Amino acid sequence: MSRASTKEPLIHITRRSTIAPWKGIVIRIAAIVVAFLLCSMLAYFLIGAKPADFLINFFQGLFGINRMSANIRLWMLAKDTAILLLIALALTPAFRMKFWNIGAEGQVLISALAAAAVTYYFGDKLAKSEWLLLLLMLAASITAGIIWAVIPAIFKALWNSNETLFTLMMNYVATYFVAFCLVKWTPDSSSVLGILDHGHLPTLGNDYILILIFTLITTVFMFVYLNYSKPGYEISVVGESTRTARYIGINVKKVIIRTMILTGTICGLTGFLLVAALDHSVTATSVGGLGFTAIIVAWLAKFNPFVMILTSLLLAALNQGAGQITSSFSVSTALPDVMIGIILFFVIGCEFFIRYSIHFRKKAHTSVVQEKGDES
Amino acid sequence: MDQFTAPALMLRGISKSFGSIKANSNVDLELRHGEILALLGENGSGKTTLMNMVAGIYYPDDGQIFIDGEEVVISSPKDAFKYKIGMIHQHFKLIDLFSAAENIVLGVKDGTRYNIREVNERVRQIADRYGFIIDPTQKIHEMSVSQKQTVEILKVLYRGADILILDEPTAVLTPQETSKLFEVLRKMKADGKSIIIITHKLHEVLAISDRVAVLRKGEHIATVNTAESTESSLTEMMVGKKVTLNIDRAIPENIRRRLVVSSLSGKNEDGMQILDNVSFTAFGGEILGIAGIAGSGQRELLEAIAGIYVPEAGEILYADPGRDGDNDGNGSSDSDLIDLRKKTPMQIRELGVRLSFVPEDRLGMGLVGSMDITDNVMLRSYRNGPFSLLDRNQPRQLAQDIVNDLGVVTPNLQTPVRRLSGGNVQKVLVGREIASAPSLLMAAYPVRGLDINSSYAIYNLLNEQKANGVAVIFVGEDLDVLLALSDRLLVLNSGRVSGILDARQTTKEEVGFLMTKSHDAPDDGSDKKDGGERQ
Amino acid sequence: MLFLDFLINAFAFGITFLYGSTGEIITEKAGHLNLGIPGIMGVGGACGCAALNIMCAAGNLPPWLIVIIGLLAAFAGGALMGLLYSFLTVTLRSNQNVTGLAMTIFGIGLTKYLFYTLAKKPANSETPVIHYLKALDYYRFPFAGQKSSLVYCGIMVFLGIAIAIVASIILTRTRVGLHLRAVGESPATADAAGINVTRYKYVATIIGSGIAALGGLFYIMDYQGSQEAYLSIEAMGWLSVALVIFSLWRPYLSIIGSFVFGALFILASYLPVFGVSVNMATSNLIKTLPYVVTILVLIVTSIINRRENQPPASLGVSYFREDR
Repeated sequence: MSRASTKEPLIHITRRSTIAPWKGIVIRIAAIVVAFLLCSMLAYFLIGAKPADFLINFFQGLFGINRMSANIRLWMLAKDTAILLLIALALTPAFRMKFWNIGAEGQVLISALAAAAVTYYFGDKLAKSEWLLLLLMLAASITAGIIWAVIPAIFKALWNSNETLFTLMMNYVATYFVAFCLVKWTPDSSSVLGILDHGHLPTLGNDYILILIFTLITTVFMFVYLNYSKPGYEISVVGESTRTARYIGINVKKVIIRTMILTGTICGLTGFLLVAALDHSVTATSVGGLGFTAIIVAWLAKFNPFVMILTSLLLAALNQGAGQITSSFSVSTALPDVMIGIILFFVIGCEFFIRYSIHFRKKAHTSVVQEKGDES
Repeated sequence: MDQFTAPALMLRGISKSFGSIKANSNVDLELRHGEILALLGENGSGKTTLMNMVAGIYYPDDGQIFIDGEEVVISSPKDAFKYKIGMIHQHFKLIDLFSAAENIVLGVKDGTRYNIREVNERVRQIADRYGFIIDPTQKIHEMSVSQKQTVEILKVLYRGADILILDEPTAVLTPQETSKLFEVLRKMKADGKSIIIITHKLHEVLAISDRVAVLRKGEHIATVNTAESTESSLTEMMVGKKVTLNIDRAIPENIRRRLVVSSLSGKNEDGMQILDNVSFTAFGGEILGIAGIAGSGQRELLEAIAGIYVPEAGEILYADPGRDGDNDGNGSSDSDLIDLRKKTPMQIRELGVRLSFVPEDRLGMGLVGSMDITDNVMLRSYRNGPFSLLDRNQPRQLAQDIVNDLGVVTPNLQTPVRRLSGGNVQKVLVGREIASAPSLLMAAYPVRGLDINSSYAIYNLLNEQKANGVAVIFVGEDLDVLLALSDRLLVLNSGRVSGILDARQTTKEEVGFLMTKSHDAPDDGSDKKDGGERQ
Repeated sequence: MLFLDFLINAFAFGITFLYGSTGEIITEKAGHLNLGIPGIMGVGGACGCAALNIMCAAGNLPPWLIVIIGLLAAFAGGALMGLLYSFLTVTLRSNQNVTGLAMTIFGIGLTKYLFYTLAKKPANSETPVIHYLKALDYYRFPFAGQKSSLVYCGIMVFLGIAIAIVASIILTRTRVGLHLRAVGESPATADAAGINVTRYKYVATIIGSGIAALGGLFYIMDYQGSQEAYLSIEAMGWLSVALVIFSLWRPYLSIIGSFVFGALFILASYLPVFGVSVNMATSNLIKTLPYVVTILVLIVTSIINRRENQPPASLGVSYFREDR
């Protein structure tokens, strides 16, 4: 028998059917720790920061250096987390359906523009009834968000147009459309809108508290919607197998469009909050890439709304901590992006070790792994 | 043995198992130079697995392979190429967007400079030599099934194969295309090629082959000279002696017309006529078995009734058991019939048709693999309840009942069904479909891949439904089971009904003959014995 | 003459997208949607400029050497990014969209950091000394010093077109191209035919990224020729991805497409010259045109649904042999 002479690969990779939750968590934490070590080494070589200083500064960025700054820092962190989380929540139902919407950036931006437009045009007239103005802003934001989200969905449903590329393009249409409006709205064409006087949400003691409340409600809502509602159940079926969906009589086209309306609604809410609660203005970079970061947030959390609280916190914290490093060591503001990129690579890459297991060839092992399922 | 007298290919004691299922055990086979050997056997008799081991797709657990008398190791398709073995699989491995010639030359590293015009020319030469008609520049997605098959054969010839293995090449061909293919095969044989053709169509075996090797349940039964064989002698070897199964079969009582299918015709996505004027009636209170070689239209027929596949012509009429008052065995009058054709599954449900369907593709269609048992049980009923929130209480109860009653082995109800074993997956699916109290239950290959105990559990469930007055349509592949379980047996052959038999009277040979006979074969009267047709 | 000037300018500007889209087409033909292209173009530009900075500061090097080293540095920078992307998406089978976006975040950050470092004030000087722009005239050979738009039509414009043509020929006329397209259409079929899928995916992504990176160098150092140009490289990168769709995954159509994109992008600034009054607001609307046109192409091709005009069939899907 010459069986032993058959070539067997040195490394054999198989898909895991299951992994203990604690193992998954350990792998992910290990990836983040290794990435942090690498970043601190990088910081040492690039800017001469000692690893200890690097870490101290990073965490000072998160928690502040004294009680007062801690207060400010933590609120900032909470706000950044909330906005990121909101956008990620908007993306989640579509992602569960395997509709790869990478256009949240544009969907939120156009909503913010709609809210700003309402206060720009009607702010003075409705100055006395601020609530009506706010409601109008919210309605406009949500409408704009839905329009921006549902256009690619309609083409996907009817003609199977590639939604990834479509939504990507819509981002830039939104960006330049905002630029167009800003020039129109500013008398000297400076495109600097400044703070709009009207349509401010009440602060309830802290600027950010209302945003947190909205986000919390949306998170719970999305969790319930995805796991305990009939439309959410249909999303899961469509995402897994359109054949099963047809078998039990689900109208797949309807589900695609309905889901993207929901995405547009939450993007609209986010745009509204950006204008009415935070910026009171709008620029072409109001969303600042959060629409893209949110994709990573949602994906890292495996589209689970509650896990997304953690992943959005992670991303927001990275940003804030790295920002502190920038100011402490007076380096380019770009360095945080580099470090976030490195950490993301590790976090993304470590999923491999969760989904697959690696077997190394044992010496003098003669059997061949060749089974490819049963005969059909 | 020197290479002139040694067989082109010789297998000795080949065995292969998948998990607990033995696909081949101790198979010997011999292919002589310049002959056409037919490999005959029922579905699941291990023909394809055996040949996949020769082609390097699978690796045998045990046994030896000899080429021209020398022992070889074939552990990859590359090794098979090296020994000039080429296999034409049933599922074509072609790139739709490429031309025929591009597909043919794909992966060939013969050291020459790549020039598609030269490839086209060489493909034309090979095609001419064997009498293929093909345009090498035509794109695959513009081709018919038989043209695609031609490309697959040319692919193998282009690489200089001397041993060709064709896996059920005629399954996708019309009779005219089949006879053309046979001409080509004869030319190849004359050219010195050695050919194995996998099939279960007897008349083709007799028409094309020099010798026949018969496999049954993974074992080699015999290899005989075709000239000394007849259809009946081959059928006997193929199906074996009738096995008496211990399945209870009550005499149908109180039967009522439930489903009337008439003149149903339709094509599949390849444009092949997959249903051809199918007519039959299914009655409540009996089990109608459907027999046929795989791909004879069984799937499309059931999916047409369920509203998933839309046939081109014909009627699917459903008689609502709730509306008929008379018990004359004919069920409701014609005015109460509901036409289900061109209705979506949703519309069918809304019409009040209590139809349950256990599809062949359990995890790809019937169930959602990543969802747990409760959520899968809910698939049929999740719309219940006035609010848009799901009510999981009843489904959970039902899931628990299914697990208890059918003995589903699972850690808990929260386990994704993908992690369950095949038998348990099937119990969940059948349990759910039965739970909705159907008046019509269709099950496609419900015991495929299941062990004996699970299979009997499923048979009992179908019998219970029959006793409850449900019209059961059972598509199976094991003739012994079909004969023991069904009341009547419908035989599908290339999309046509080639007979409807009384399952208590007929024989395995008769069914086997109806499954495999050619449409053009002279009618010997056997299918007029429509003992089971009650109209 | 003005119109001709516009056309030449549009043509030259479009070369940025041509590099980016040619590189991305090669990558996508292997089945990988690389959304890291903006980052890769940025890093390529930064690496090229950094190398040029060192060489121009050294002085007395022959111009041809400077040009070649600059190109090689940019290519190498992009190729390294491509290697990283391949490792994550081919070997570790990470989600391509997510990895690509992370590549862009990382790449744009790295670009800004590198340019920031280049422009850093030395300890003993008030103003930073930037050398890389000295190479501009070498790159603009043979039109350096011209007063019209012709000045932009230097070596890299010809190189870009040459690369697109060569890529086109390789994809359609060679065995390597056939195998690459097979990998992108159906990795399982390619694998069964004995093609090394992993190797093709790696090589295509790395070379594609290197080519895209040249576009970054061209845009920052050559066409714009300014110290701030790197700030707008991300937008150029996304337009390059758009151009892939516009040109239906064919590099030779990319040549025409890049010209159209270039024309649409600079149209706003030329219209007043032609006597059409355009205010700043409208010029922003005009800038949406490349994207809107791309969306229209996407819609029309999906409605017509010709197989030849669709993205490679396995685009965005990781290949794992045992999943067959």
